[in-house]
Amino acid sequence: MAEQVRVALLVTCLVDLFRPSIGFAAVKLLEDAGCTVVVPRAQTCCGQPAYNSGDKNDAKAIARQVIEAFAGFDYVVAPSGSCAGMVRVHYPELFGDEPAMLAKAEELAARTWELVSFLADVRGVKNVSASCVGSVTYHDSCSGLRELRVKAQPRQLLASVDGLTLKELPGAEICCGFGGTFAVKYPEISGKMASDKIADIAATGADCVLAGDLGCLLQIAGRLSRAGSTIDTRHIAEVLAGMTETVPPIGVPRKD
Amino acid sequence: MDPTSRAFIENAHAGLANPVLRRALGIAGTGFPARRAEAVARLPEFEALRDEGKAIKDHTIAHLDYYLELYEKNVTAAGGVVHWARDAAEARAAVLDICRSVDARIVTKGKSMVAEEIALNDHLERNGITPVETDLGEYIIQLRREPPSHIIAPAIHLMKEQVEEAFRAAHADLDPARIIAEAPQLCAEARAILRPQFLAADVGITGANFLIAETGSSIIVTNEGNGDLTQTLPKVHIVIASLEKIVPTLEDAATLLRLLARSATGQEFSSYTTMSTGPRRPGDLDGPEQYHVVLVDNGRSAMIGGEFQEMLRCLRCAACLNHCPVYTAIGGHAYGWVYPGPMGAVLTPALIGVAEAGHLANASSFCGRCESVCPVKIPLPNMMRHWRERQFTQRQVAPTYRGGLELWTWVARRPELYHALVEIKARLLGWLGKSRGRFRALPLAGGWTQVRDMPAPEGRSFHALWAERQRAKR
Repeated sequence: MAEQVRVALLVTCLVDLFRPSIGFAAVKLLEDAGCTVVVPRAQTCCGQPAYNSGDKNDAKAIARQVIEAFAGFDYVVAPSGSCAGMVRVHYPELFGDEPAMLAKAEELAARTWELVSFLADVRGVKNVSASCVGSVTYHDSCSGLRELRVKAQPRQLLASVDGLTLKELPGAEICCGFGGTFAVKYPEISGKMASDKIADIAATGADCVLAGDLGCLLQIAGRLSRAGSTIDTRHIAEVLAGMTETVPPIGVPRKD
Repeated sequence: MDPTSRAFIENAHAGLANPVLRRALGIAGTGFPARRAEAVARLPEFEALRDEGKAIKDHTIAHLDYYLELYEKNVTAAGGVVHWARDAAEARAAVLDICRSVDARIVTKGKSMVAEEIALNDHLERNGITPVETDLGEYIIQLRREPPSHIIAPAIHLMKEQVEEAFRAAHADLDPARIIAEAPQLCAEARAILRPQFLAADVGITGANFLIAETGSSIIVTNEGNGDLTQTLPKVHIVIASLEKIVPTLEDAATLLRLLARSATGQEFSSYTTMSTGPRRPGDLDGPEQYHVVLVDNGRSAMIGGEFQEMLRCLRCAACLNHCPVYTAIGGHAYGWVYPGPMGAVLTPALIGVAEAGHLANASSFCGRCESVCPVKIPLPNMMRHWRERQFTQRQVAPTYRGGLELWTWVARRPELYHALVEIKARLLGWLGKSRGRFRALPLAGGWTQVRDMPAPEGRSFHALWAERQRAKR
């Protein structure tokens, strides 16, 4: 039996509000990988909306809160490349002129991971015990891909899911147009980017599109349903945790 | 040109609705990135070259005063003259003075973005001098009297039909019966018109991709050879370049040239790479009698030592434009001034003010693809964020947006209040969206639902469910 490591889950504000199932999928995957999962209640959001809006002071205040809330755990894991990237890459940038906080930010950054890369790269998970019959395609969310080098890991783990076929998405590395507040500040441009993305998704012929970030998934699911498409949208953790039978896809009502 | 960057949203709307632009941008959005990727794959040391290129430019900018003075000394030693221009007006005046000193009537021009930046053509025309753009793309947009929409492919927003239309409108002697529907025919027509202009020009103006401090040389790269005819045939050659084009040595330029064409067009090298050092020397077979360099600051030196210094590494390769999903959606004219795409989103506010060009730094999803392909690793998204910080601290952000953000962060800093509110919101929206699973419209979410549905929350917050689960375990 592997040693128990204590992992604090950075739930992310979108998962908290929209789709707790992703959080529970993450907990299952982490526990299956031999981790003890803790969810610090002093967390709210990583502060990225403030940071990317130029509100550096508020971003710093929230970052301080996160740094404190997640002190002392072996690892911090988020089911999001964007939020994990905020902590790993941007928190140290925020405190460039405060040496004491910078040290704390760097210490947190060094033990913060995006979920799928944590499973594959840190815990050495090679396969998962899940089945999902059908074909999926995978969109590489920008922050995970470019800030955290998440690329091969999701594909490796998806390959171990029983019954699942992965159809590679052309232009998988091109942004879906979410971009946080960008989506609502420039809806027309964001919508055009989403249209291009869903055209590429439809071209794969897959039944379902997966990604590792709920922001992108809300964008893709919202545009797919607006366009009348029946392609499903899910977070990769739901598939890896074998939850596709019990949890309906994003934007699809529960059949009660 | 007067900027229209304040009208970015309207400009972008026009771009998105323009079917010609849609077809044309397919080329920039897929062709250039594919060719760049192939070129990079063929050069194993490309990543190392990027670091080397970055180091060369960083070193030069850190010692810019030294290299500029060395450059001037060597230009002078080679028989040329350097004219220092603090701003656009001084640069225009310097060029006009040189043109007037030789009674110039026709001036041929190679492609130069800094000439666009200082609106040189308008100034020459107002003073009775005819500028003739000789780069095919620049020539086309000059006929159409519009600005470039891309920094290396200025007419990329057009298809050949629009080019034919422009030629037929402008070329008085063109036989209406002659077919010029295809690219080779259009090129032949442009060539026939431009050839006598090259020979008639009194002055040739080119830009510079690099200025070499150790030799006082200027380097241009083109794929058409028009730059060579522009700078060797007339009596006077004027190089117009911004300060940061300087590099210490020829070897440094060679390193950067290996990055430039691969990043720009996916070529290993551009078709023509031409060096000029001073005017014609005794025994030279060709070359100008006078060689001038107009060195333009126009805001660059103010970028040194600040958050935007790294932008001065830019080689103007356009890889960031070609890989930008926003640029390839809306086209270059939407940005409303000379420099579009990610490099424009950083540089334009530095040159014309963030109050004028603030939209540019905001209209990015921060996908980071620009930075990932930049040959000199300019952190473009971070610098766009710095502009947003300026706007925020200078209160240039819409009060409703600012207020909303501040309210949200106030709540986010109070976890128990935050968790209670999220649980209420999750329950309410979950209940409202229960039957359809999504919303087509939602109060206060018009920016979202204008173009896409809002998936409904599952109905409970994660933290509330987690707390229940922990209690049940005890």
